[in-house]
Amino acid sequence: MTNELVIQAENLTKTFGSFTAVDAISFSVRKGEIFGFLGANGAGKTTAMKMLIGISTPSAGKATVAGFDVSSEAEKIKKNIGYMSQKFALYDDLTVKQNITFFGGIYGLSRAQIKLKTAELVEELDLKEVVNQLVGALPLGWKQKISFSVSLLHNPKIVFLDEPTGGVDPITRRQFWEMIYKAANNGTTVFVTTHYMDEAEYCDRVSIMVNGKIEALDSPKNLKTQFGVENMNDVFLKLARG
Amino acid sequence: MKRFIGFIKKEFYHIFRDKRSLFILFGMPIAQILLFGFAITNEINNVDIAVLDHSKDVTTQEIINKISASKYFTIETFIEREADIEAVFKKGKIKAVLNFEKDFGQHLITDGFATVQIITDATDPNTANTISNYTNAILQNYQQEMNKNVKLAYQIVPQTRMVYNPELKGVFMFVPGVMTIILMLVSAMMTSISISREKELGTMEILLVSPLKPLQVIIGKVVPYIFLSIINATVIVVMSIFIFRVPVNGSLFLLALESILFIITSLSLGILISTASATQQTAMMISLMGLMLPTILLSGFIFPITSMPLPLQVISNIIPAKWFIIILKGIMLKGVGISFLWKETLVLLGMTLFLIGLSAKKYKIRLE
Amino acid sequence: MLQINTVSITISNISKSYKKVNALTDISFEVKEGELFGLIGPDGAGKTTLFRILTTLLFADQGDATVAGYDVVKDYKQIRNSVGYMPGKFSLYQDMTVKENLNFFATIFGTTIEENYELIRDIYVQIEPFKKRRAGKLSGGMKQKLALCCALIHKPKVLFLDEPTTGVDPVSRKEFWEMLKRLQQKGITILVSTPYMDEAALCDRIAFIQEGKILEIDTPQAIVKHYPKPLYNVKANNMYALIQGLKAYEHHYSVYPFGEFVHYTDKRTDFDSSDLNAFLESQGLKDITIEPTAPTIEDTFMELAK
Repeated sequence: MTNELVIQAENLTKTFGSFTAVDAISFSVRKGEIFGFLGANGAGKTTAMKMLIGISTPSAGKATVAGFDVSSEAEKIKKNIGYMSQKFALYDDLTVKQNITFFGGIYGLSRAQIKLKTAELVEELDLKEVVNQLVGALPLGWKQKISFSVSLLHNPKIVFLDEPTGGVDPITRRQFWEMIYKAANNGTTVFVTTHYMDEAEYCDRVSIMVNGKIEALDSPKNLKTQFGVENMNDVFLKLARG
Repeated sequence: MKRFIGFIKKEFYHIFRDKRSLFILFGMPIAQILLFGFAITNEINNVDIAVLDHSKDVTTQEIINKISASKYFTIETFIEREADIEAVFKKGKIKAVLNFEKDFGQHLITDGFATVQIITDATDPNTANTISNYTNAILQNYQQEMNKNVKLAYQIVPQTRMVYNPELKGVFMFVPGVMTIILMLVSAMMTSISISREKELGTMEILLVSPLKPLQVIIGKVVPYIFLSIINATVIVVMSIFIFRVPVNGSLFLLALESILFIITSLSLGILISTASATQQTAMMISLMGLMLPTILLSGFIFPITSMPLPLQVISNIIPAKWFIIILKGIMLKGVGISFLWKETLVLLGMTLFLIGLSAKKYKIRLE
Repeated sequence: MLQINTVSITISNISKSYKKVNALTDISFEVKEGELFGLIGPDGAGKTTLFRILTTLLFADQGDATVAGYDVVKDYKQIRNSVGYMPGKFSLYQDMTVKENLNFFATIFGTTIEENYELIRDIYVQIEPFKKRRAGKLSGGMKQKLALCCALIHKPKVLFLDEPTTGVDPVSRKEFWEMLKRLQQKGITILVSTPYMDEAALCDRIAFIQEGKILEIDTPQAIVKHYPKPLYNVKANNMYALIQGLKAYEHHYSVYPFGEFVHYTDKRTDFDSSDLNAFLESQGLKDITIEPTAPTIEDTFMELAK
């Protein structure tokens, strides 16, 4: 992990009418860091993330992602980030190979690059048997691993993961986290939004949003010490109950 | 019974809180009847025509006056030569040209007949046909009046008379069709959507795991729509009578009974569709493609069944709407009673019983 | 704690398959009256299928089951009268208010809110301030509470809760489990499913389920004793390198990241941490700690599912 900052937010704010969804949040994320962005439903984490990936303009404050301003250089940001969400990941009615080719094409990879990447993924994820199967027929765990790899196809500087491992069996979940560690080790910054606190335990640092504000930001270990509790779930409970 | 009433109350909450379904329920009938009544008719009004009068005598002048006095035609221009006919048609505004032969009045008196050519723009064949019929009618009318004064002993005048709808009012024909479509839409589509919504939301699971009997769920679903359909049918009939002056020559009571029968037919179709669809969207698609299109195209509502190819004529027999339209036209326009309509009523009744039986059999008390 | 031995749910040799997929394979277990029984397993393990068989919504291909003494096939009407069911998806009428939903479910079960108010009071008071709000506009936790009220309104003997806490924030999850504990005190048998291992500890007994098979059934305290090996927490300066290093160590048996640590077990019975420490140092890792730790329910699940 270096000290190069790839995400910097300063008083980032989003209001909808009189409602302040994100209330002047400031934080920064280092290159190669696994950053957990936690909060209950409606705490504002999705709104904040939308601003960071350039699909929503901040009402006030500013932020840079991969060195680009979220308000004025959104298109450049999109080229430098990967995104994976549990809700939408891959097309169920395309085969694994077709999905890889499609997403590779979207991110402007050449045919030769796509071919190379496909071969790499097949090797790495042991996909030989399923590469020509429809994604819809695969178990959830497979889908998530493939979709994470697809979000990394264009070597993005930062990858945003939206509740990536909900509902997966514990072994697959760990394989997934090994992939995340590997990506981070290669210098990709991983930004995870989740409301599953046990996912938070795997992050280098986590921020916890409550009612649009970041109420805590530190490593899981320090947060547990600070609040005098055993796990992140209890940290969250203490924060949310005030 | 209390359970059942509770269930129906819930259905009304859904109906009145969903603006979209409220609009379909009450906006559609009014919009459709106004649309068909005023806009989409095969009546002609103030059609622009041109006259080429080689004769320019009293008789042609009288005929021309008569034509321009009618509300169907406006004489837009007079042309002088045959060669101009094509030119006026090409401009597109003129739909017909009347071409009187030379010495028209003279021929009529001396030879007993004279020739006038009616040239119509047949790019729209329906309108062309109507124009030529109307012009013929006006000409014959003139001939009749003329003959009255002449007092010839044996004068045979060919005469076409339109029965039941002498003024050729399009709206008279459309009212039964629109009523059929609306009842079908409200009863079949809304019921199927409302049942499949419970499946889609997962509430069907809870309803099934409750002491409510499946039959109660189904009847609870249809009762509100029977009620709403009756309101709709009434609105349509009242609007037709008071806005379009459509006569109801037969018994209103019979009309009501037959309408209720058709409502039940449609509801059982709706239940049947819902057993085949897991989401509201599927229910909507099946209703539109499987019910609305055949109803509009094959029921005789827009296209006369007699002019369809034979296979389609055969298929039209299994469309409930066809029978209901016959019944409606019979009661409203011809004023006939059950003694003339028992066959159609029986067909509809048979279909209804069959559909109820089928949907009861297909309705599942479990998932899968 | 109260000792009750009457059986509330029996499941014997239940199998169910959809087309080619075996959703459940030869499942058997019993739930005692008044027990809070957890069915723990990931998505697609067969939890929902089992719930639907027990709530008479599906037929099993093979095997028998009874709920509250009634057969799930023959006596489905009695079962539908005496169980409460909360399906996995939020299944209330979004366009009706809190009060209207509750009233509706009371009515179709032939009762009134007042009649069984005692049972739901604890939960209902929390959502009462919003009783005029439409269910669709409630927060996740509120919806969950309302759904529970609706499932309880007819005072069921057995309560089936299919993943009630999925998608709910930790605060609401905690409150939800506290409510379940109180309901249990009132003698209601509760069968609850969850993909979260940390919730398993709150049940009286749990069954691990994966790919349609039951892996183990026991109390949460006892089930961790099924873990066969000494378990170690390993930590170092670089997580990815640590995992790779441990996997490269020839004596490793299992290596799983676990929060800030890696949970490690060794093939040998005489494991020596200093040897592993030296090996990891040779791989370039620093700040290495290796400490024994107690296996969690999740460790046990993974070992059994392996």
